[in-house]
Amino acid sequence: MTSSPAASHVASPRPPRLVCPAGSLRALTLAIDAGADAVYIGLKDATNARNFAGLNFDIAQAREGIAHAHALGREVLMALNTFADAHAPQRWWRAVDAAAGLGVDALICADTAVLAYARDHHPQLRLHLSVQASATTWEAIEFYRERYGIRRAVLPRVLTLAQVEQLCRHSSVEIEVFGFGSLCVMVEGRCALSSYVTGQSPNTAGVCSPPSAVRWTDGADGVDARLNGVLIDRYAPDEARGYPTLCKGRFDVEGTRDYALEEPTSLNTLSLLPRLTAMGVAAIKIEGRQRSPAYVEQVTRVWRAAIDACAAQPARFSVQPQWTTTLGRWSEGQQHTLGAYDRPWR
Amino acid sequence: MTPSATPSHRVLPPLPPVLRELVARLPVHPPSHLLALALERVLRPRLPADAAARLAGHAVDIEVRDFGLRCRVTLRDGHFRSAPASGPATLRIAADAASYLRLLRGDDDADRLFFERALVMEGDTEYGLLLKNTLDAIGPLLHWPLRRA
Ligand code: SF4
Repeated sequence: MTSSPAASHVASPRPPRLVCPAGSLRALTLAIDAGADAVYIGLKDATNARNFAGLNFDIAQAREGIAHAHALGREVLMALNTFADAHAPQRWWRAVDAAAGLGVDALICADTAVLAYARDHHPQLRLHLSVQASATTWEAIEFYRERYGIRRAVLPRVLTLAQVEQLCRHSSVEIEVFGFGSLCVMVEGRCALSSYVTGQSPNTAGVCSPPSAVRWTDGADGVDARLNGVLIDRYAPDEARGYPTLCKGRFDVEGTRDYALEEPTSLNTLSLLPRLTAMGVAAIKIEGRQRSPAYVEQVTRVWRAAIDACAAQPARFSVQPQWTTTLGRWSEGQQHTLGAYDRPWR
Repeated sequence: MTPSATPSHRVLPPLPPVLRELVARLPVHPPSHLLALALERVLRPRLPADAAARLAGHAVDIEVRDFGLRCRVTLRDGHFRSAPASGPATLRIAADAASYLRLLRGDDDADRLFFERALVMEGDTEYGLLLKNTLDAIGPLLHWPLRRA
């Protein structure tokens, strides 16, 4: 086994930075005002992994948002985390140029071609490795650092706490983990379920289970959720629902109808905050660029309060019931889980 | 896993059944017309041109379940108008008045209401999402009743 480079940040007592989603200028403003250290945004095209109709920023909106964040000493990170289309990669290069011109604080990328373009044309631009690159070992992250100069890596939501700890110990770049939001259970970037059913996936088109393929139909037995004609779930009239992604569907498996892979639920790692801080996790990411500004504001407020409380008295930190209530209210399926951080199976 | 469902706060008293029945019997047209007028006043001036272009030309059914009220509106030639009740709508949205009010005030999230089944959306999901994202980006359309401090 190769020896790891010195991990300078590991012993740092610095609390994790709070990185919040913004699908609109309004969400960005509310996130910043609610205490986000940084927001991540995307442009209105397929260069980012939340390419939904009506969502994201044009150049003028991005400029206004960045000015607001910078005026308060906060950061704006630009997600450019889909894989460049081999037929027209110029679109991704132009997006990198645009982000650099706007003065974003970092680019979040997954594709090595996009990383290489940014490194060569905008060497001053800070690069973060997107979760979509699905780097799950410190060796993989180290490769991206050596080759492209990444300064931070966002970990896929598939690692146990012990694995995150091991990775933090060995990595010489900052580590960002997901703290809250809808769960994607696969090693992101390697999931073919959406492509299998709809021909589109996060890495190619910037969407998992694209809304154009989703149909909800109210019937006598309840509500049918179909993805490109494939029945993903049938909800009883009063049953809570989730996004119709193939991974969260209910299927007949050997005579039993149940969730085959994952339940509609949200990740919530508030209770792990002291341990994540002690490990030297540099940033905690909140999922949900597609959610409303109200979600962004309220979730940001809870996490700001929690991170501040943990930083003030890590040993006495406890999750406040009102935090749990608020986060539970905004969760998919109104349930939350520690996800892979404590899941027994891999 | 911790289930932690919280019901939506009621912000409006339920409509008495007699009144509800009466409202339900009203023809679709007058409420649709009123809704179109309201949207024309509150929403149209704040609607970005690109969103207006993408939303135009589709009929949307809006049902206020607890009031038994049903409206159909469309955006045509740059203006909100009531749409003919015949034929299918591109999108059907159904919720109680309290849920609509919370959305209009920017206090709630359409996804959350949808998960909770407080809001039903049927038809063209992509169009629904475009509408939702456009409204989210615009921000609250209503500041009534005033928030308590
Ligand atoms: S199908 Fe599920 S696991 Fe796959 S990318 Fe979508 S959310 Fe993630």
